[in-house]
Amino acid sequence: MADNSFDAIVVGSGISGGWAAKELTEKGLSVLMLERGENIEHIKDYQKSNQPVWDYPHRGGRTQQMIADYPVLKRDYPLNERNLHYWASDKDCPYTEEKRFDWFRGYHVGGRSLMWGRQSYRWSDFDFEANARDGYGTDWPIRYKDIEPWYSHVEKFAGIQGTYENLPQLPDSVFMPGMDLNIVEKDVAARIKAHYENRRTLIIGRSANITSKLPGREKCQYRNMCVNGCPFGAYFSTQSSTLPAAVATGRLKLQPFAIVTEILYDKDTKKAKGVRILDAETNLTKEYYSKIVFLCASSFNSTWVLMNSATDIWPEGLGSSSGELGHNVMDHHFRCGADADMEGYEDKYYYGYRPTGFYIPRFRNLFGDKRDYLRGFGYQGGASRKEWSREIAEMNIGADFKEALSEPGPWRIGATAFGEMLPYHENTISLDKNKKDKWGLPVLAMNVEIKENEKKMRKDMMEDMKEMLEIGGAKNARTFDHDYAPGMGIHEMGTARMGRDPKNSVLNGNNQVWDCKNVFVTDGACMASASCVNPSLTYMALTARAADFAVNELNKGNL
Amino acid sequence: MDRRSLLKMVATLTGAAVVGGDLFLSGCQSPDKKMTAFPLSQSTISLLDEIGETIIPATETPGAKAAAVGAFMNTMVMDCYSQSEKEVFIKGIDQLNQESVQLFQHDFIAATPDQRKELLIKLDKAAQSYQKDKKEDEPVHYFTLIKQLTLLGYFTSKPGATQALRYLAIPQKYVGDIPYEKGEKAWATS
Repeated sequence: MADNSFDAIVVGSGISGGWAAKELTEKGLSVLMLERGENIEHIKDYQKSNQPVWDYPHRGGRTQQMIADYPVLKRDYPLNERNLHYWASDKDCPYTEEKRFDWFRGYHVGGRSLMWGRQSYRWSDFDFEANARDGYGTDWPIRYKDIEPWYSHVEKFAGIQGTYENLPQLPDSVFMPGMDLNIVEKDVAARIKAHYENRRTLIIGRSANITSKLPGREKCQYRNMCVNGCPFGAYFSTQSSTLPAAVATGRLKLQPFAIVTEILYDKDTKKAKGVRILDAETNLTKEYYSKIVFLCASSFNSTWVLMNSATDIWPEGLGSSSGELGHNVMDHHFRCGADADMEGYEDKYYYGYRPTGFYIPRFRNLFGDKRDYLRGFGYQGGASRKEWSREIAEMNIGADFKEALSEPGPWRIGATAFGEMLPYHENTISLDKNKKDKWGLPVLAMNVEIKENEKKMRKDMMEDMKEMLEIGGAKNARTFDHDYAPGMGIHEMGTARMGRDPKNSVLNGNNQVWDCKNVFVTDGACMASASCVNPSLTYMALTARAADFAVNELNKGNL
Repeated sequence: MDRRSLLKMVATLTGAAVVGGDLFLSGCQSPDKKMTAFPLSQSTISLLDEIGETIIPATETPGAKAAAVGAFMNTMVMDCYSQSEKEVFIKGIDQLNQESVQLFQHDFIAATPDQRKELLIKLDKAAQSYQKDKKEDEPVHYFTLIKQLTLLGYFTSKPGATQALRYLAIPQKYVGDIPYEKGEKAWATS
C-alpha cells in the first residue's frame, strides 16, 4: 500500500477520534489518525503531573501576560498556570464572535480528553425522544436500545466509576465500584430521598476515573490532579486508553501537526477519496487517501472541514444540502445554583482528594412534573470543610488566627446546575472568510444565544437547589448566578445533526453524511439535542457504533 | 466537574474576592508596562516578610517568613496585579510605615513585636470596614492586598502546606467519613 493510502482516515485524536482509531484498527483496518496540533506522549509529556502547588510561581493563578495572550480563555477557569500548555492559543486560532461565544479548545494529540471533567452519564429515551415530543429540533434517528450495547462496550474499556441506581432518566452504566459520598453528602442524600419520596436523588458523580486496575492503567490515587494528565493513567484519555489499544494493532499511523483543510470529494463516485492537509509546521499541503473518513475534529471543527469541502458541488460545503450544516448549536448552560452552610459534623472529616463530586439527576418535566419551560437540568456539586481562605470573625492577626486557619473550617455544601439548551436553527456557526488564522485559513463566526426557555429554566436551577439544601438540613442557603455565555460549558454540540430525513439533517442514523456515505461524523457535531448530562460518553458510544457499521458496510462492499 | 476545581480558589480571603482578582478568574485588564518599582528591593521584601510574619507568626510550625512570603508578594504583584493594584500596593507599603511612625515614632522594622501586632490589627480593622463600605470601582485597601497575599503565599508554600496543613502527595484512597478531633490540621490544596 502506498504511504499515503489507508483503509480509513480519522480526523482528530480526542475522545471521539481516539475511539474511532481503536475500533477501526481492531477490526482490521489500516488507519491514519490526523491531529492538527503537537504530540503529547502519555506520562512522558505530562510535565507538571507531579508538581505540588508550591512549585507554581503564581500558585496556579494567572498573570497579566497570560490574560493578554488569551483574550478568550481568560473568561473562565481554563486560563490558569497549571495546564495552560494544554489549551489552544487564542491568538493563533482566532474566531469571530457575532455574539459572545467562549470557545475553549485543545489542539494536540488527545484533544480535550486530557483536560475533560470526566463526568460520564448515559442518555435515556427521555433524551432521545425529546425532540419528537416537544417539536424542537428534529427527531433523533436512534433510541436508547440502539445505543445501549455500545454504551456497555465503551464503558467496559474506558472504566466508569459509579453506583447502580436504576433510574429511568439516567440509566446505569457498567460500573467500577463507585467513589464515596462524604458523610454530609450522604445525610443530605438521605433527607432528599425521604422528602421527595425517591423522585429526587443525590448520587456520586459518575466519572471516567477507574477504581479498579485495567490493563496498562493503575486505579485512581485520589490526588485530584487530573488536569495535568495522570501518570497512573487513572482517568480515561486518548493517551491512557484508546491510543495504546490502536497502536497495539500495528495498524495505526498517528500524524500530528496535520490540519485537515478539506475532504476530497469525488463527484463521479459520490464518495470521499481522502483528505487534504496543511502541515502546521511547514505550511505544505498534502493529500491522503482512504475508503472511509471519520470526522472527529470536535463539533465545530468537524463542521468547519465540511464547510470547506466539495464547495464546487455545494457552495455551503459537504453535507449542506439540508440547509442545516452549521445550525442548531447547543451547549449546556450552567454556573447557577445554590450553596449553604452545614452546621455540626465538626467531628467528621474526609481523607483524600476525590476527583468527582455528587450528582443530582434531572427531575423536572419528568414523571408528571410540568414546568413553564421544556426539558430539564441536573446538578453537580459537593460538600466539604472550608479551607484556610475562609473568614474568621474577630480573629485576624497572629498565632491564634494562624492556628484557626490551619484547622478545617465549618462544612459547606453547594451545587451548580447543568441545563439543557434547545436546538435552535438560528444558533449558528459559519465561515468568516474575511478573517484568517495563523495558517491563512478562514475562521468560524459564532452566532449563538440562549433564549426564553433556558432563562426560565435558570430560575428553577437556582431555587430548586436552595430548596433541596434546606430539605437536606443545611442553613443559610443562597442562590447564585455567575452568569453564563454560550460555550462556557465546553459541551458545544450540534452543527451537523443526525436525523431521519436528508432534507432536515446532515447525518443519518449511522452518522453517515447523507450526501457522502463514506464520511462519518461522530463527535459532538452529530448531536440532534443536548440532554442535560455531560455528552462525552455518548460520543464514545456513537463512535464505536458507527465504526462497527462502517466496517460491516465496507465488508459488504457498500462503501 | 473537577476541571472546574479552580473555581474553589475564588474564596473570600479577608472579606474581599481574591485580589489579583483576575488572578484566578474573569480578568479583563490589559497588560501593563512594568512599573519601575519591580522587582522590589531586598529591604522591601524583608519588610514584607516581617509584616507577613506578624500576620502568620512561627509557632510550633514555621511562619510566613520561613515561607518567603515577601518574595512571593513581589512575584505576584509584579506579574499578576493590574497597574492600579500595583500602585495601591506600593503606596500601601509607605502608608503602613507612616502609620507606624505616627503611632510609635519609628517605622515598622524598628517596631517591637507587640507594636507590630497592634498596628496590623488596627490596619486590618480599617481595611475591613473600608472594604465593606467601598464602591465597586474604588480600589481595594492596601492591607487587604498584603494580607491576602500573605495567606495565599503561606498556606500554598511548602512549609505552610506540609507543616501548618497536611499535604497528601498520593492519598491512594478516598474515605468520606473519618473522625476528626479539634486541633488536627486541615488538608492542604492538592
